[in-house]
Amino acid sequence: MSLTDKDKAAVKALWSRISKSADAIGADALSRMLVVYPQTKTYFSHWADLSSGSAQVKGHGKTIMGGVALAVAKIDDLTNGLLDLSEKHAFQIKVDPANFKILAHCLLLVIANLFPADFTPEAHVSMDKFLGNVALGISERYR
Amino acid sequence: MVQWTDFERATIKAIFAKIDSAVVGPAALSRCLVVYPWTQRYFGKFGNLFNADAIRSNPNVIAHGKVVLDGLARAVQNLDDIKATYAELSVLHSEKLQVDPDNFKLLADCVSIVVAAQLGKDFTPEVQAAFQKFLAVAVSALGKQYH
Repeated sequence: MSLTDKDKAAVKALWSRISKSADAIGADALSRMLVVYPQTKTYFSHWADLSSGSAQVKGHGKTIMGGVALAVAKIDDLTNGLLDLSEKHAFQIKVDPANFKILAHCLLLVIANLFPADFTPEAHVSMDKFLGNVALGISERYR
Repeated sequence: MVQWTDFERATIKAIFAKIDSAVVGPAALSRCLVVYPWTQRYFGKFGNLFNADAIRSNPNVIAHGKVVLDGLARAVQNLDDIKATYAELSVLHSEKLQVDPDNFKLLADCVSIVVAAQLGKDFTPEVQAAFQKFLAVAVSALGKQYH
């Protein structure tokens, strides 16, 4: 389900509205993921504090949103744009790709929660497609 | 048998006391038809589903959205026996409507997102977990009579 010009425009428009809150969005999405899908905690067993306000959750939420920002910038060629991140996830972190959907759902939900007026069904479908394509880009080097 | 904590019971009932099924239902169903357009295959008789605006204002979508949410409200009234409560509905969806049960999860995700948009700060991670657990149980019960 590749991104049409309409999708790319919708993603960029939504991003311009939400990007100043990127850190908060990332932290909130990550803490929701850890609470709502406890199996995802297995990837963070090396963290001292997995609770919602913790420095590690906040810091990592920021990192994740840095990746989303990069993906928005590379929206015309996600496969190549995300190659470094893909190598990292494939060879270092080895996140099961099923988890990308879980994090995507949490990101979409947080955006809906914080920006209900902007997150129309039209924006939602384009963002969902975008995050799906980001997941594909991150999985590129897996096997 | 699903085990519900006191927090989960109270949270799920509180959400349904707060939301209006005539608002959340149509919003969730129309969002599902826009975000996952293949779900439109089950609504051939609904008329114009050509674009997001048409879907949003379609009177059949609006009416049916409320039906879906009212169905979920029934499960809330029967939290300890959702499987039995939904047995007939499950047969209906399997035998008559012939809905691919994977679609139930798609609609459930749209319900979570619409409720998250409505409840704002009150929709904490813990509230989300309880609500999504409820939706997962409802989805599972709806699929129970498929064979």
